[in-house]
Amino acid sequence: MRKDYTKIIKRNTLKPKYFRNGAVAFVVGGLIGVFGQGLSDLYINIFKMSKDHANSLMTVTLILLSAITTGLGIYDHLGQFAGAGAFVPITGFANSMTSAALEGKSEGITLGIGAGMFKLAGSVIVFGVVASYILGTIRYLFFQ
Amino acid sequence: MIYINAFIVCGFICLVGQLLVDLFKLTPGHVTSWFVVLGAVLDSFNFYDNLVDFAGAGALVPITSFGHSLLHGALAKTEELGFIGIGMGMFDLTASGITAAIIFAFLVALIFKPRH
Repeated sequence: MRKDYTKIIKRNTLKPKYFRNGAVAFVVGGLIGVFGQGLSDLYINIFKMSKDHANSLMTVTLILLSAITTGLGIYDHLGQFAGAGAFVPITGFANSMTSAALEGKSEGITLGIGAGMFKLAGSVIVFGVVASYILGTIRYLFFQ
Repeated sequence: MIYINAFIVCGFICLVGQLLVDLFKLTPGHVTSWFVVLGAVLDSFNFYDNLVDFAGAGALVPITSFGHSLLHGALAKTEELGFIGIGMGMFDLTASGITAAIIFAFLVALIFKPRH
């Protein structure tokens, strides 16, 4: 009886959390994408940049904003609020590097900031390079 | 309308990430790492390029585009240099982003105080 009761509670309390988290991640992530598109269009229309150039500068701008808001402690609040909506966009990558560097500050510039910066972001680069190397080799050998 | 596409595509990728965290108890580190691999896989058959044409920044902003850019730069370089191009071109497209992230993270870490 009690077991059934806790089961029901568990089922009923967890479901809305999935929905809430998913919806917030969708909206926040989507808005970051829209903001990026706005920046890109701004650079194309105002500064007359090529599309590739504008997209590259858009990425750099997002990274700059993310680093500054991480320093101010704002991005971490966004991360707690939006979950994947904050860590999946490129801003989350910059946030993980900046927060790791900040965290290491007390251990000194070399071992703390320098070595600690890639503590979280390192796996993204390693996995990306390994996967791209394997896939690139396959595609170069068999499809080109 | 590219803004709506950007919202939906970027939002959808984040939604998938959130579901992976909630349903399979993965950490953000796992999700972002596998998303980069996914982006590289989706570079096949120009799928990711078509997604970029469709959604603009909506496809470029999520971390999946990092994997796509790594593989794309690597393969573009093989057209000039052959196999060695995979290594030479790997960071061609992502270099500006990685450089910016290192520089800004370093400067912010020097200027700001850590918060706990």
